[in-house]
Amino acid sequence: MNWEFILGRSLSSAIGSDAAVFALAAIGLNLHFGYTGLLNFGQVAFMALGAYGLSVTVATLGLSLWWGIPIGLALSVTLALLLGLPTLRLRADYLAIVTIAASEIVRFVARSVSMRGVTGGSFGLSGFADEFYAVNPIPGGSYGFGVVQFSARALWVIAVAWGLVAIISLMVYVLMHSPWGRVLRSIREDEDAARSLGKNVYSYKMQSLVLGGLFGTIGGFMYAISQQSVQPDTYSTPVTFYCYAIIILGGTARVLGPVLGSMIFWGLLSFTDTALRQAVGAGYIPTAIMDGTQVGQSRFVLLGLGLMLLMIFRPQGILGDRREIALDAH
Amino acid sequence: MIRILVLAAMGCVLLLPATAAQAQQQEGGEAIRGTIVQRPEEGDPVPVPGVDIAVTTGDGEDVGTVTTAEDGSYALELPGPGDYSATLVAETLPEDVQLTDPDRATLEFTIRPGQSRPLLYPLGEAESVGGRFAAFMSRALQLAVEGIKFGLIIAMTAVGLSLIFGTTGLVNFAHGELVTFGAIAAWIINVTFGVHFFLAAILAMGVGALAGGLLDRGLWAPLRRRGTGLIAMLVISIGLSILLRYSFLYFFGGRTRPYGQYAVQRAIEIGPIGIAPKDIIAIVLSLLVLVGVGLILQRTKIGKAMRAVADNRDLAESSGINVERVILFVWAFGAALATLGGVMLGLGEQVSWQMGFQLLLLMFAGVTLGGLGTAYGALLGSIVVGLFIQMSTLVISPELKNVGALLVLIFILLVRPQGILGQAERVG
Repeated sequence: MNWEFILGRSLSSAIGSDAAVFALAAIGLNLHFGYTGLLNFGQVAFMALGAYGLSVTVATLGLSLWWGIPIGLALSVTLALLLGLPTLRLRADYLAIVTIAASEIVRFVARSVSMRGVTGGSFGLSGFADEFYAVNPIPGGSYGFGVVQFSARALWVIAVAWGLVAIISLMVYVLMHSPWGRVLRSIREDEDAARSLGKNVYSYKMQSLVLGGLFGTIGGFMYAISQQSVQPDTYSTPVTFYCYAIIILGGTARVLGPVLGSMIFWGLLSFTDTALRQAVGAGYIPTAIMDGTQVGQSRFVLLGLGLMLLMIFRPQGILGDRREIALDAH
Repeated sequence: MIRILVLAAMGCVLLLPATAAQAQQQEGGEAIRGTIVQRPEEGDPVPVPGVDIAVTTGDGEDVGTVTTAEDGSYALELPGPGDYSATLVAETLPEDVQLTDPDRATLEFTIRPGQSRPLLYPLGEAESVGGRFAAFMSRALQLAVEGIKFGLIIAMTAVGLSLIFGTTGLVNFAHGELVTFGAIAAWIINVTFGVHFFLAAILAMGVGALAGGLLDRGLWAPLRRRGTGLIAMLVISIGLSILLRYSFLYFFGGRTRPYGQYAVQRAIEIGPIGIAPKDIIAIVLSLLVLVGVGLILQRTKIGKAMRAVADNRDLAESSGINVERVILFVWAFGAALATLGGVMLGLGEQVSWQMGFQLLLLMFAGVTLGGLGTAYGALLGSIVVGLFIQMSTLVISPELKNVGALLVLIFILLVRPQGILGQAERVG
């Protein structure tokens, strides 16, 4: 068991681009679920629209990468309006069912044979982010310390993604300390009370849905760029569930909750993966109990268990405040 | 350009008198020749003039196109022996004539040295409007039967989901895993222990009911006592769903596996539709089970109590119903039905670790369509969803059939959020 290697890999994952991408998506979800009390189970659809908005713009339409950003954001707003219009007036669980359905619709359509000319079908698209890497100001070479090493390309993605996380977190902080943010929280606590004070609850919920969706879309941009490829099945429903695990772990309705949650989530996922793999490789765990492919599966078993235990015993997460999570369906 | 030249050449061939053609055959020239006729059900065959037949070599190289003459005859010299393919250009047929089998417009054949071969194109009468309509109707009928079967499976699994929601308010995202659990339990009893499929299915229902009851007693009842919120419970059910799903993958593996009996069955023809005997049994059995469910809900004391708790928990409790006991029963009952649904699904398309999860959204669609929290609504909504999914492949590509169902779900929420059988009340 090479502990230096295991801890190094975990640390790399905790500060890597995936952690930043999921932090972005989780910040959006935190706005929905944590601050407004909206049960959005289709956050992955917003990520998928970002990723596909970008890649289709470049790979299919042949436009510049920078055009993909407004296109992706526009798609995201459209989806949020489409989802919100029928459901935001209804009970919270209706939004849950509709959003999860919408996220599967986006994936099914993107992977369908009839869309192969646009989205690449089940193969997806790749090699569309060269323009992003062309503006990389970091000179070539390897950066880091010990076993934590990043190439100049990876470091550029990481820097931009975490930079976006910082900017958006600051934005959420300012918004949540504004009157607008206080209305959102009051809707979460008691929708009828907010309505009786003359607030247009429907409109506030819609604004929250659109804004949080946009953050998810920005996460989708960075996901597509960091992988230089998009594949429809990357954007399936479990991704949304990971975002929930992240915000509940970090602390619901906390500005830095999703950020810390994402770092711990990816660090832990990587830690269990490398540690179990090494334990299996070194023979500490007999292959009759667990083999190489089962390592990957066992960490999802642990993820499910962790999500349940957290929600039962510490629903406020690490940074949370119990008073902030008086979540309940009315 | 080439095509025009070829057509010109064809004209020459057609002008050749029959005797010359016969002479050519004696010289050993390879050719196709024959007569295109339509054979009505009564009366003499009618020649069909002016039909194009395009011929290519086996490698796809163009040989030529020949058009039938006034008497329906055609002949085309071929460059030599070998593989050829001839396509009857369906657009050149008269409007009231059609190939009896549209898939056989292209024939592939081998020409031996000196062989002159006729091509067989069976033509039918008046397929144009009535026949196409009949074909469409028989396909629609076939899909309707498949849709009903699928809808009944969804219905069986959705009753539990709806009753659990009705009695406890929980949107159980782990309900799909109850379906998978049942299917896998039946598979283990059936294949590992070698018990016959029918007995295995019944035993699995018992195991499923036990698992459902244990889930309620071990997890959900304590959470209800702690006063855990509904949204927190919903997130817990998602955690449970992930935990169970990947446990199935861990222990059962990623392969799909068939049951020991009835895995493959030849379809029997009933009128215009083909259906496997196991599907007939599945449909009949599902109907019987669902009628039984209806009787339990309508006639028995516990069934009435279940509906009472689903309708108004506080009122039921104050009129002396032991609500916790009813909820326990709902879990066991719902899980047993989910098990049966999983077994039937596994019979049709084998057992896999995420079969239930893939069904979950369709269950939601059925339950929402029928009216959240009502048992009969779930039945009706699910059958509509199953029918809709299968029938929609008449017009849209089969890979998008679930998209259609989910879009309908969203549309229903837009116009009638309380569902077909739900009470019109303010929801939200």
